[in-house]
Amino acid sequence: MRVLFCGPKLAACGIVLSTWGVVMLGLLGIFFITHSAGLIEDIPLQREDLYPDPNPPQRVYDLYNQVGYNCFIAAAIYVVLGALSCCQMRLNKKKEYLVQ
Amino acid sequence: MVFRSEEMCLAQLFLQSGSEYDCISELGELGLVEFRDLNPSVSSFQRRFVSEIKRCEEMERILGYLLREIHKARIAVPEEDESPLAPPPRQVLEIMEQLQRLEMELSEVAKNKEKLQRNLLELTEYTHMLKITQTFIHSRSRYEEFPTMETDSAGGCTGMQRLGAKLGFISGLIQRVKVEAFERMLWRVCKGYTILSYAEVDESLTDLDTGEIGKSVVFLISFWGDQIGQKVQKICDCYHCHLYPHPENDEERADVLDSLRTRIQDLNNVLHRTEDYLRQVLQKASESAFSWVVQVKKMKAIYHILNLCSFDVTNKCLIAEVWCPISDLAKLRGALEEGSRKGDATVPSFVNRIPCTDTPPTLLRSNKFTSGFQSIVEAYGVGDYREVSPAPYTIITFPFLFAVMFGDLGHGIVMSLFALWMVLTEKKQNKKRSNNEIWTTFFNGRYIILMMGLFSVYTGLIYNDCFSKSLNIFGSGWSIKAMFTNQQWTNKTLQNNALLTMDPNVSGVFNGPYPFGIDPIWNMAVNRLSFLNSYKMKMSVIVGVIHMSFGVVLSVFNHLHFKQKFNVYLLFLPELLFLLCLFGYLVFMIFYKWLAFSARESNRAPSILIHFINMFIMQGKDITPLYPGQTGLQIFLLLVAMLSVPVLLLGKPLYLYWLYRGGKGLRRRRGYERVRRASEDNSITPSYDDDEEEGFDEVSNREPLPKQFDFADVCLHQAIHTIEFCLGCISNTASYLRLWALSLAHAQLSEVLWAMVMRLGFKITTKVGVVFLVPVFGLFATLTVSILLVMEGLSAFLHALRLHWVEFQNKFYHGTGVKFVPFDFSLLPSVFEQEGLL
Repeated sequence: MRVLFCGPKLAACGIVLSTWGVVMLGLLGIFFITHSAGLIEDIPLQREDLYPDPNPPQRVYDLYNQVGYNCFIAAAIYVVLGALSCCQMRLNKKKEYLVQ
Repeated sequence: MVFRSEEMCLAQLFLQSGSEYDCISELGELGLVEFRDLNPSVSSFQRRFVSEIKRCEEMERILGYLLREIHKARIAVPEEDESPLAPPPRQVLEIMEQLQRLEMELSEVAKNKEKLQRNLLELTEYTHMLKITQTFIHSRSRYEEFPTMETDSAGGCTGMQRLGAKLGFISGLIQRVKVEAFERMLWRVCKGYTILSYAEVDESLTDLDTGEIGKSVVFLISFWGDQIGQKVQKICDCYHCHLYPHPENDEERADVLDSLRTRIQDLNNVLHRTEDYLRQVLQKASESAFSWVVQVKKMKAIYHILNLCSFDVTNKCLIAEVWCPISDLAKLRGALEEGSRKGDATVPSFVNRIPCTDTPPTLLRSNKFTSGFQSIVEAYGVGDYREVSPAPYTIITFPFLFAVMFGDLGHGIVMSLFALWMVLTEKKQNKKRSNNEIWTTFFNGRYIILMMGLFSVYTGLIYNDCFSKSLNIFGSGWSIKAMFTNQQWTNKTLQNNALLTMDPNVSGVFNGPYPFGIDPIWNMAVNRLSFLNSYKMKMSVIVGVIHMSFGVVLSVFNHLHFKQKFNVYLLFLPELLFLLCLFGYLVFMIFYKWLAFSARESNRAPSILIHFINMFIMQGKDITPLYPGQTGLQIFLLLVAMLSVPVLLLGKPLYLYWLYRGGKGLRRRRGYERVRRASEDNSITPSYDDDEEEGFDEVSNREPLPKQFDFADVCLHQAIHTIEFCLGCISNTASYLRLWALSLAHAQLSEVLWAMVMRLGFKITTKVGVVFLVPVFGLFATLTVSILLVMEGLSAFLHALRLHWVEFQNKFYHGTGVKFVPFDFSLLPSVFEQEGLL
């Protein structure tokens, strides 16, 4: 990517946010996949999922897995954003070096 | 880190007149001593070295001009890592000469450049005028056929005849903003005998007088008659028009245009060369600019110090009085020897210690890690000379109290990483020297922030709170399955009840406490806050009482050091007893209730607060005692606390009064014992050690036996102290409850942020909606940093600081001392750096 569209500070913010996003969303994804109880309030659970369930708690586990995969996808998007910010940072450094 | 401030001594430096400059230069490089002003009554214009300082200021002025020019030309000034030494007097003249020569050269070149630019502007305007008036004339083609008359001598206009009337032309340029007024004025004055045509110039020209860039307008005035001509001339002068001679015909116009073109080209060449030359001069000057600035700064500082010294009778040597730490005396001697050697003095300069009665300034040495904590202690007040310093303990207690209020694992990790980055890149950041004050404040406190972050990670693990979620590392101690296996709950109970209570008395439900921290099951309990509030409040009181007792204990060291042993019995003991008998007992009751009552007896567990209040109003007959013998013990503790108040109030004044009255009232009856006692009695008279060197300075009695003993004054002072301490005990203990309040606020804010922001991202069920999680997380991160880290962090920092300054330090710290500011070149501010020129 040759086009420079953000300054050094924005690129640095992007790198920090992306790293944090990757780490945190990755860990959250793992916790959702392992069906941790503390996160029960964060899944889109409806009353219908609980009671007429022939094989409990499979529906709940499915929802957990879904949210988990969502988190992994978001983490992947943040990897892309992080790479983008890294490129911008490198371009900025080159520009700074050239001017001086 | 040091326990108390260093021992200082007052010393006299005898500097020989040849080498005093070099000696002071050496001392400035080392930054050992603080100079005292020996001529306080002399104004700055009457001092000895005033002409040298004037010379330095002249050099600074030239340097300022030079740096401004360099800055305008956008040349960077290279900085050296090692700062140069102060120049000896003979080199000073060289530097002065160089600077003056540079200044002259620069001002000449600048003047020439301005003249050339003015010239260029005139030529450019003339060119524009010629081109534009050509179009006017050609549009009114009738004028071409008329023969020209002789040139009118009044103001460069050519006359033409038309129908017997003499036609004159005046042409020039005027600023666009003035054109309408100009036209109106012309019309009013000349009443229709003039025709004005004007057109705007495309190019914006710089007006050299004001430096503005604005549009100009070329005008051509044709008029009849001489008188009108003069009037028009005057109006043009009024409006500051630039007038140029109007050519008579096309050939002349073309000639003039050609010659103008060549002249403009030449001028541009010369201007470029001038600018290049100017740049070269500035480039050369910029190489040595930095060292000149430093050298002049050091020189000026040395002369200021020399002004503080006094000359002795023989006028051969300078005497300076300095405060010097005793441990640095050897270095001081070494520095003087070095200075004498550099100055080629025949007689070396030397140091002489003198006794002093003034209180020396306080020096506490610190390194880059401890200086942050030192500065937050000193913000409250610099310690008295040789007083116990609270700084070493602050290194641990301050981050700990912050962490108790901030406790969150995730936030702690983010804060620690931020501080770690600052610490690891500190060399680079130090070189950058930013102008942003907020950033500099954060950067200077990087070690404090690092400690706060690490401690927050620890308390986050204890509170089991990570971005408002609990981590289940060891496996919860509560088991819901056991409620089912023991037939307490069935599926029907689950369907019919929204909330259920787990009973720890049922076997298998509670399997012992969680190994480290709060059990993660509490995160899902509705009554979580009831449990945590009770725990955090009790913890705050315990931490508070321990912190305050520690403060009271530290005061013993002060009393012993200042040889006021009576204070230990009359101040420290009553204070400690009062604090421990009342609030220490409260802490004991808290621990007792935690240990003595288990889940089985929990519905019978008494309220500690009720027991505590009953202790004071001495009504405990109706309630079951916590432990056997409680009433008796409580009465005893209350009595001790009550008795310590009058001791605290009256003990010290009465003792001092007794001392003042002679203090030997009891001893007169025991004859020969008096001799033995008097030699042992060293609590009042100062003690001289065997070593003469030390003997001078341990005369540091805080309250030497005064000639005039004002009993009322001492009584009043002691009464204030007693009231402050006793009431303060209660209010300060309650004040520590802020540890609970802030940690509750932080936890709740964290939970709200998660529930209202992150949860939205998780609840999206559509396929495409998953991308929504990305901006939601970004928002969550931004809000976490801005609200929870910055705002809550600053708040917790402030409250922890307040707890240290007020509740901890008012138990033992006076903080009324003066800080030791050594004469050090690196501590002097640089005017140019502040202006951003360097």
